[in-house]
Amino acid sequence: MPNIAHPAYSAATLLRLESLVPCRESQVSTLLSIFGERQQFSFPSIFIYGHTSSGKTYVMKTLLNTLQLPHVFVNCLEYFSSRLLLEEILIQLQSCSSETDQTSHVPCDTFNDFVRLFKQAVARQELQDQTLYIVLDRAEQLREMEANILPAFLRLQELTDRNVTVVLLSEIVWELFRPNTGCFEPLTLYFPDYSIGHLQKILTQNHPPEYSADFYAAYINILLGVFYMVCRDLKELQHLAALNFSKYCEPVVRGEANERDTRKLWKNIEPHLKKAMQTVYLREISSSQWERLQHEDGEPGQVKGLSAHTHVELPYYSKFLLIAAYLASYNPVRTDKRFFLKHHGKIRKTNFMKKHEKTSNHLLGPKPFPLDRLLAILYSIVDNRVAPTANIFSQITSLVTLQLLSMVGHNDQLDGPRYKCTVSLDFIRAIAR
Amino acid sequence: GCFVFKPSAKKRRVSQKTAYDFCKRNGDSEDAELQFVTCQSLWNQIKSETEKIQEDLNKQLFDNLVGFLRQSHSEIQEKTTEWTCQMKAREIPTAALVLGVNVTDHDLTFRSLSEVLQSNVTPYIALLEAKDCPGIKNLMQKLMGQLMNCYVDVDSEDEDCVQVSQNRIRCSMASLINWYKSATKKTDSETPGKKRTSSSRHWPSPPVVVIFKDMESFTTKVLQDFIFISSQHICELPLVLIFGIATSPMIIHSLLPHSVSSLLCIELFQTLSCKQHLSTIIDKLILTAQFPFKLGEKVLQVLINIFLYHDFSVQNFIKGFQLCIVEHFYSQPLSILCCQLEDAKERVNSLSHDQCENIRRLPSFRRYVENQASEKQIALLTEDDVLKETTKKLLEDLDVYHENYVTVLRCLHVFTSSLPKYPLGKQIRELHCACLENKVWETEEYESSLQLARMLNKSDLVTMLQQCVEIFVSSSGKEFDKAVEKLKHFLTRFQKLEAEAFQEQDESVSSQKELQKKTDLYHLQKALLELNESRRSKKLTKFELLRVEVVDYMDSLVRSYLVPADWKTLHEILYFNTASVLREHLNAAPRIALHTALNNPYCYLKNQALKSDGGSISNKAPDICIVYKLHLECGRLINLVDWLEAFATVVTAAEGSSTDAASSDQVDDIIHARFIRAVSELELLGFVKPSKQKTDHVARLTWGGC
Repeated sequence: MPNIAHPAYSAATLLRLESLVPCRESQVSTLLSIFGERQQFSFPSIFIYGHTSSGKTYVMKTLLNTLQLPHVFVNCLEYFSSRLLLEEILIQLQSCSSETDQTSHVPCDTFNDFVRLFKQAVARQELQDQTLYIVLDRAEQLREMEANILPAFLRLQELTDRNVTVVLLSEIVWELFRPNTGCFEPLTLYFPDYSIGHLQKILTQNHPPEYSADFYAAYINILLGVFYMVCRDLKELQHLAALNFSKYCEPVVRGEANERDTRKLWKNIEPHLKKAMQTVYLREISSSQWERLQHEDGEPGQVKGLSAHTHVELPYYSKFLLIAAYLASYNPVRTDKRFFLKHHGKIRKTNFMKKHEKTSNHLLGPKPFPLDRLLAILYSIVDNRVAPTANIFSQITSLVTLQLLSMVGHNDQLDGPRYKCTVSLDFIRAIAR
Repeated sequence: GCFVFKPSAKKRRVSQKTAYDFCKRNGDSEDAELQFVTCQSLWNQIKSETEKIQEDLNKQLFDNLVGFLRQSHSEIQEKTTEWTCQMKAREIPTAALVLGVNVTDHDLTFRSLSEVLQSNVTPYIALLEAKDCPGIKNLMQKLMGQLMNCYVDVDSEDEDCVQVSQNRIRCSMASLINWYKSATKKTDSETPGKKRTSSSRHWPSPPVVVIFKDMESFTTKVLQDFIFISSQHICELPLVLIFGIATSPMIIHSLLPHSVSSLLCIELFQTLSCKQHLSTIIDKLILTAQFPFKLGEKVLQVLINIFLYHDFSVQNFIKGFQLCIVEHFYSQPLSILCCQLEDAKERVNSLSHDQCENIRRLPSFRRYVENQASEKQIALLTEDDVLKETTKKLLEDLDVYHENYVTVLRCLHVFTSSLPKYPLGKQIRELHCACLENKVWETEEYESSLQLARMLNKSDLVTMLQQCVEIFVSSSGKEFDKAVEKLKHFLTRFQKLEAEAFQEQDESVSSQKELQKKTDLYHLQKALLELNESRRSKKLTKFELLRVEVVDYMDSLVRSYLVPADWKTLHEILYFNTASVLREHLNAAPRIALHTALNNPYCYLKNQALKSDGGSISNKAPDICIVYKLHLECGRLINLVDWLEAFATVVTAAEGSSTDAASSDQVDDIIHARFIRAVSELELLGFVKPSKQKTDHVARLTWGGC
C-alpha cells in the first residue's frame, strides 16, 4: 500500500513516484491533494520554500514528469530580465505542444503582452481541460524585476482566466517577498531539512553496482559521521561520497579485508576523510587534483591549497602606501601629530581618550581618510624623501583596482577623494616584514 | 620638471617625418637619416629579442594551461557511464591564473595566451573585463558577442550575420547553447580536407574558454550569477573559466561564497615572478655584448628603481629602454657609430669633418689625447685620417672590453652571490651597477667581500672555480685561455691538497698516538709545547695559502677587466647617461610642475618681464598666477571679497596712485571679470571648490588645506 494515495492516478504510478522521492512523501501527498484531479482548477499560486538542497526543485520536477502533467519549468536566475523570463515561458509552452517543432520567436515586453500570448498558446494546445503548471525556480529573483511581475504571476489564473497554477520555489520565506502594496497571498508550503537518517537513506539508494548496498551503507555512515557536522547539502555529500569511495574500497580490492571488516575499513578511511574535509570540501584543492592524489597515493601536502598562497609581492612604494593607508584607516586623526611628528607636544591624557580606549579600533572597521592625509603619513614613514610623482598617484589607483584600498563616496577625482583600507592586520604585517 | 613627452622623437609611424625631425635637431640630413635607420634596426633587434624571451618564459605556464584545458572536459566525456562520474557533481573546470600585481603586463600575457589557445585547443575564447560587465546582462552580451564573432570569422559570413543579429536580441544561455551546437555540427560536416586540419588541432567538441581578465574588479553578484547559470548547463556547453588574479588566490574565497565555489573545480597556475622576469631581461639585453647600445649606471638605476619602487612592470621597463635608445640617437650626433663593429669601422671612414670635430670634443677623447706624446697629439687634433684610424682602434678596444667585462662580471658574481649578507648585492644587476659607478675595487663593499671570500670553505670554492671555468670557456673573448688554464691549475692543486690532507691526518693521528704512549709527565709537557709551537708557526695551512692565491687572482682579474665604462675612451658613443632626461619623462611630478608653473611663470614662459626674485607678487604675471599666489596665503576657506580686493590691489599697483582713490571703493568691472575668470580656472584645475559651509567662500583643496 503506497504512502501516497490519490484517486486520480494509478497505484503503480504513485508507487514509482514514491520510490523516486524518498523522505518527501508527506510533502508530495499534500501537493497532490492541492493539485486535485487533472481537469480541476487548482489553487492559483503555491509558494514552496526550504533550505538549500531540501529537494524542492527535484520533487517538483519528478512529480510533474512522472504524472505527466503539462508544465513549464523556468529558472529565474538564468532568465535574469522579465522579458527573457516571459519569452522563455512562452517558448517552452510552444514546444510543450510539440505540434510544430519550430518555435517562432515572439517578442514579449510587458506582462500585458504575456497574458495575451499566453491565452493564444493555451488555446492552441487544447489544454483547457488540464491544469497547466508554471514552476518558477529561484523565485527570489522576481523581486528584482519590475514591480508588477510578482503580483501578476501570483494571480495569473485570474488574469488569464485559464486553468493554470504558478508554483514559486525559493530558499527564503514568503514574508520577505510580500510587496508593500499587498498582493494575492499564495499557499505556502515548507520543505524541512533532511535529517541525518534521511540523508543516509537517500545516499545509500544510489550504491555502485559492483558492491552490495550494505557495504555502501556502512561507508555512508562513516562519511556522514565526519561530514554531517559541517555539511548537510545533499549534493555536496553525494559528490564527496563518490570522490572518496575508491579509497574506501582499497583494502577490499587488495584483499586485505573483506566487506564486513568495518573496523579495519573505518581505520583506513577516517583520516582520509578528515583530510578531505580540510581540502576538497573547502575547494582548497580541486576534486580532480584530489582524485589524482588518490591514484598516486601521494600526500595532500604536495599540492598547496589556494589559501597557502597568501603572499602578495608589491612594489616598494606600494607597500608603504598600503601601510600608510592602514594607519590612516585605523588611527584617529588626532593621534597623527603624536605618532608622525618628530617634536610633538606632551601626551595629554584626556577623559575623552580614556573613554574610548576600551573599544579597539580594529573592531570598528576601517574609517575613510582623505588623500592628503595618506600622503602626509607616507612622507613621514618613508626614510628618504619621496617626490609626489605621477607614479605614486597611479599606484594609489592601482591599489584601488586590486581591491586593497577602496574609494569611498563620490567618484570625482578632483574633489578630494577619500579612501578606505580594506586589508587585514595580518596582511599588513606580512608586507611590513 | 615637466611631464610632456616629446612626441616627435617617439612617433615612428611616419618614418619620413621622424627622420626629418631627427635632422632638424642635427642640421645634417644624411647623418640624421643614418641615425634614424640605425636606431630603428637596433630597436627591432631588441624588440624581437624581448619577445623571444617572453615567449620562453611563458612557455611552461602555457603548456600547463593547455594540458589542463585539454584534460578538463575530455575526461568526463570519455567515461560517462561509470558510476563515480554519474554520482559526482559536474563542476566547472577553472584555472586560477596568478599573474602578479604588475597589471600593465597582463594584457600582453592574455593576448599571447589566447593566441596559444586558439591555435592549440579551441577557437572559442572570450576575454572579459570587469569594466564591461557591471551586470550579468552586460556580461552575457559581451560573451556572446565575442564568441559568435569569432565563429563568423571562421566560417562564411552572410548567413551567420543574420543568426547573430537575431541572437543579439535574446542573450540567454539557451541561445548560446544552440549556437554552440550548430557551430560544432557545422565544423563536423565541413569538407573532409578542411576537417582534417581542424580536427588535428581541435576536438569535435572544443571547450568554450571564458577568461576573466581582472578577477578582483568583478562584482560578486555578477560572478556568482554567471557561475550558477553556467553550472546548470555544463553538460551541454563545455565551459572552462580562467580567472586572472593579480593579488592572491585567496580572493576567490573572499569573492565567492562556498555554495558557489563548490560548483568550481579550481586549479592554480602561477606565472614567474616579475622580478625573475626582469633579471632575465637584464641578463639578455644589458649584460651582453650582442647589442652595441649600452645604458649608463645612472640611467639603469633609474629604470630599475622605477621597476622596483613603483610598478613591477616589465613592459614599462622595456618601454623605458626604448626611450633611452631613441633619446640617445636623437641627442648624440656620433650615435651613427653605435652599431656592430664592422659597420662602425666602415662608417668611421666616411665621417665628415664636422663629425670628426665632434669626436675631438668628447671629454673621454680629450683625456686620451692628453696622455699621448705631443706629435701624436697634434696629429690627432689636426688630421682627420689619423683620427679615423685611432677611432677605429679605440672602437675595437671598446668592443673587446665589453666582451671581457661581461665574462669577468659573471665570474665575480659567482663569488659575491654566495657570500653571507651579500656585500655587493645578491643580483648581478646590483653588481653591474656597482662596477659601472666607479672602480669597484676601491669600494668598501668590495674590500669586505674579499675578506669574506678568504674565509670560504673548500667545497664551495671548488664549485665556484668550476663555474668560473665554464663561464670563461663559453665566452667568446680570446684573452681568457690563460685564465682558464690558471683556474684549472688551481683546481688540480685543490685536488692534490685533498690527497695530502689524508696523509696529514694520518700523521697527526700517529703523533697523537705517540703522545698517548708517553706516560712521563715531563715528556708529555715537552711534546705538547712542541705541538703548540708548530701550530702557531704554521698559521696558514696549504689550503689557506692556496685560497688567498685564488682570491688574489680574482682580484687581479677584476682590476684589469672591470674598469668602469666612464674611463674608457669614446664611451660616449655607446653609453646613454643622461638620467635626468629619463627621470623627467618616466617619473614625472605633475603637482610640482603645476606649482612651479603657477608660482614662477618665468620657468615656462621665458618672458624677461616675469623674472622675479620670489616673494613679491608681480602684476605682470598672468591673472591665474596672481590669484594662485594670493590663495596660497589663505587658510581652508577663502573669502571671495577679500580675495578680489587683494587681486585688485596687486593688479592696479603698477598703474600708479592716481587711480587708487577710485579703486578703493569700487572695483573696476574689467578687473572683476578677470578675477572671476582666474578663479574659475583654478577651480577647473582642482585647487578650489565652492563651499557649502559658508556662502561667498571657496574651499581650498590642496597643500595645507586642512
